[in-house]
Amino acid sequence: MTQYSAFRLFREGLRGHKGWGKAWRSPTLQRAYDVVIIGGGGHGLATAYYLARNHGIRRVAVLEKGWLGGGNTGRNTTAIRSNYFYPESAALYDLSVRLYEGLSKELNYNVMFSQRGMLVCAHSEHDMEMATRQYNAMRLNGIDAELLTREEIRKRVPILNVSDTARFPVHGGVNQPRGGTGRHDAVAWGYARAADRLGVDIIQNCEVQGFVMEAGRCVGVQTSHGEVRAGVVGAAVAGHSSVLGQLAGYDLPIHSYALQAFVSEPIKPVLDTVVLAPAYGTYVSQSDKGGLVLGGGLDRVPSYGQRGNMPVQEGVIGSLIEMMPALAKVKLLRHWGGIVDVTPDSSPILGPSGVDGIYLNCGWGTGGFKAIPAGGYLFAHLLATGQHTDISRPFDLSRFKTGRLVDESAASGIAH
Amino acid sequence: MQIFTCPFCGPRDEREFHFVAEQGKVRPDTTQSVSDADWAAYLHTQRNEKGRVREVWMHTTCDEVFVMERHSVSMEVLATTALRKEST
Repeated sequence: MTQYSAFRLFREGLRGHKGWGKAWRSPTLQRAYDVVIIGGGGHGLATAYYLARNHGIRRVAVLEKGWLGGGNTGRNTTAIRSNYFYPESAALYDLSVRLYEGLSKELNYNVMFSQRGMLVCAHSEHDMEMATRQYNAMRLNGIDAELLTREEIRKRVPILNVSDTARFPVHGGVNQPRGGTGRHDAVAWGYARAADRLGVDIIQNCEVQGFVMEAGRCVGVQTSHGEVRAGVVGAAVAGHSSVLGQLAGYDLPIHSYALQAFVSEPIKPVLDTVVLAPAYGTYVSQSDKGGLVLGGGLDRVPSYGQRGNMPVQEGVIGSLIEMMPALAKVKLLRHWGGIVDVTPDSSPILGPSGVDGIYLNCGWGTGGFKAIPAGGYLFAHLLATGQHTDISRPFDLSRFKTGRLVDESAASGIAH
Repeated sequence: MQIFTCPFCGPRDEREFHFVAEQGKVRPDTTQSVSDADWAAYLHTQRNEKGRVREVWMHTTCDEVFVMERHSVSMEVLATTALRKEST
């Protein structure tokens, strides 16, 4: 397997780029593995990598019904942040940011994590009080944060309309300097390549169609490539978690909704941070290619249709133009939707499914991409040991029975 | 825009409608003791089916509450039926 480096890039450039090998193998499905992971998105692939690296478990298969990263991993707006309100969430998402900070080097794959900051605007005096509360919570959680005035935001993001005549004037905001964006495909591909190097079998176009149960325990899965035995099964299938639950016989507190995103034609650099304006319900960043990457809230209609629609499109684009009127003439390049798994408290589910032998990594809702390294890291620990870590324990499925929710949707003013 | 049919008003823009819940959940009898598991299931568990679904919706402009049958992949609306009972 080729080690990537600047020297290697130079050498291949001189030779017409004909010497690059495949980044991972295309093995056939074996009859048995120690761990079978369902879902070849970022979370599934990261889990396989950390199983091999942290726990020495290399007889691992990742089963993907489509292509790697073809679900939400390739459909998000690439924002990475840990600006959460509750200590439990901050510990989880900041583990992810810290892992992202070293990821390109660790995987020998450039995931283009750019810590350009994540700015959340406040649109009224009351918003500013809530922003201060958020800032204080973040600092108490050990997360970097800055409370900015309108004037500071005007200097930092000159394209943003902060005038009093804006529909929702900007009074100030909270910035997380360590937040930013990454290249989402590279995260999936980097983990896939690194896991493959450690001996993990990645099987694409392999759909799970049923579970093999013996004496009340799941001992394998039936797939479109035949039956495979597993010491333990991990499900990391985001918006389709309930579909697997119905096959296996466990219940989930999840609604699946479409979440849409948009990218514009490439334009000159106008925006060097991620800006979220909660009153408008829209957030935007600019990619290295120059495209504006924007998104908004969920569709309000439960859906498994992986596509966009007009009502949200109108709202998001109208809001962008009100936030940044200079962009009114910019054309959209693409528009798409992914199916996200939304829980009652907008926090993820990590832990046992309720069916012996099956573990869950789901419920990330609208924020799964930023959590990929932590989700994989903690899920690998769960699959390897059967035990929670202190970071994953609050997100166990049992919280819906005990009532100890981690209610980020009510507390932190997140976008969705 | 997609058109949903309100049993009272007829065909209207989808933005006038609000998803309420999956159809068919029954509130546990709270005059008796209810286990944590039963209450949690009532509050939180969703079928979240891929394919044909039956859901309770509200038309927010007229407050009509009704059952909508739709397909959760194609988004096709198959039927809408009023939940109100005729007065006797």
